[in-house]
Amino acid sequence: MWAGTVTFPGHEGAELEAYLARPLSEEPRGGVVVIHHLPGYDEATKEITRKFASRGFAAVCPNLFSREGRDVSPDDQAAAARAKGGVPDEQVVGDVAAAAGYLNSLDHANGKIGVIGYCSGGRQAFLVACSLRIDAAVDCYGGYVVKSTPPDSTIKMPSLLAKTPDLSCPLLGLFGAEDQAPSPEEVATLAAELDKHGKEYEFHSYDGAGHAFFAVDRPAYRPAAATDGWKKVFGFFGRHLAA
Amino acid sequence: MCTYITEKFECDGAGKGASGWFTLREGRVYVDHPYHAGYEHTVNIDFVNPAEGPSARVAVELTEEAALALVDAIHKALAAAPPGLASAKGR
Repeated sequence: MWAGTVTFPGHEGAELEAYLARPLSEEPRGGVVVIHHLPGYDEATKEITRKFASRGFAAVCPNLFSREGRDVSPDDQAAAARAKGGVPDEQVVGDVAAAAGYLNSLDHANGKIGVIGYCSGGRQAFLVACSLRIDAAVDCYGGYVVKSTPPDSTIKMPSLLAKTPDLSCPLLGLFGAEDQAPSPEEVATLAAELDKHGKEYEFHSYDGAGHAFFAVDRPAYRPAAATDGWKKVFGFFGRHLAA
Repeated sequence: MCTYITEKFECDGAGKGASGWFTLREGRVYVDHPYHAGYEHTVNIDFVNPAEGPSARVAVELTEEAALALVDAIHKALAAAPPGLASAKGR
């Protein structure tokens, strides 16, 4: 594969740094936009991006905190973005739309786009799937899809539940049964809303796993849940992003 | 889970970051995922100077026990010194 840093214009033309990983083969392929978690554009998320390329997809992870400065380290960017209240939803949608357009401009792109996000990125994957025309979305334990952040939160994330009718693509949700944000009750509420609007989705909640069970560099990592989760992700994108 | 809550306080002093010493203007405390510490959640404290950009930051990620021990140690150290010795008002 080829993997490295690229730049392209994001929401409102702002320069975005992004990590691209793509296969070297000349086969037509779908594109995957990887949305990083609140701690930022880190090594673990770049590893996830490479994992998609190793499975035949072109994948790009836009640094949603790029606006904090070109030569600023990702942890400092994340801290600065957090202190400002996070990134606005419309900016995330614009940046992901730009990332999707970038993937589709690459050689061998088949025009299909999937989005996957973790933690706050899981919420943002659902947001994007309700805001853009894409082909598949994966929400990995995204909190505050059903509930809004509490009034005293520094970071404002409104509930996305009312956007459910606008969901443009099949949705895969992967959750930890021991997570508190989203709690199993919130996951059930989202499933009921998707049922109500006749949306195509599949949810899996793993016993013995909490938030961030995919994170190999954190104590929350749960190998059994993550291994099965990856199988579900590749099966899902394989079905929906094929030419 | 992510807590998304950040407590801020005005800060006066100096800190040493990746590029050397700088004047501190603000402190931020939040309990959430760390960037580096080997725990799922930590008490994260940033000492920053926003005017000097995001890199003007001294960061620590502490366990709850360590954070409370820090608070206790600060109180003890201040109690052991003459009142007002380190106060900006006493300059």
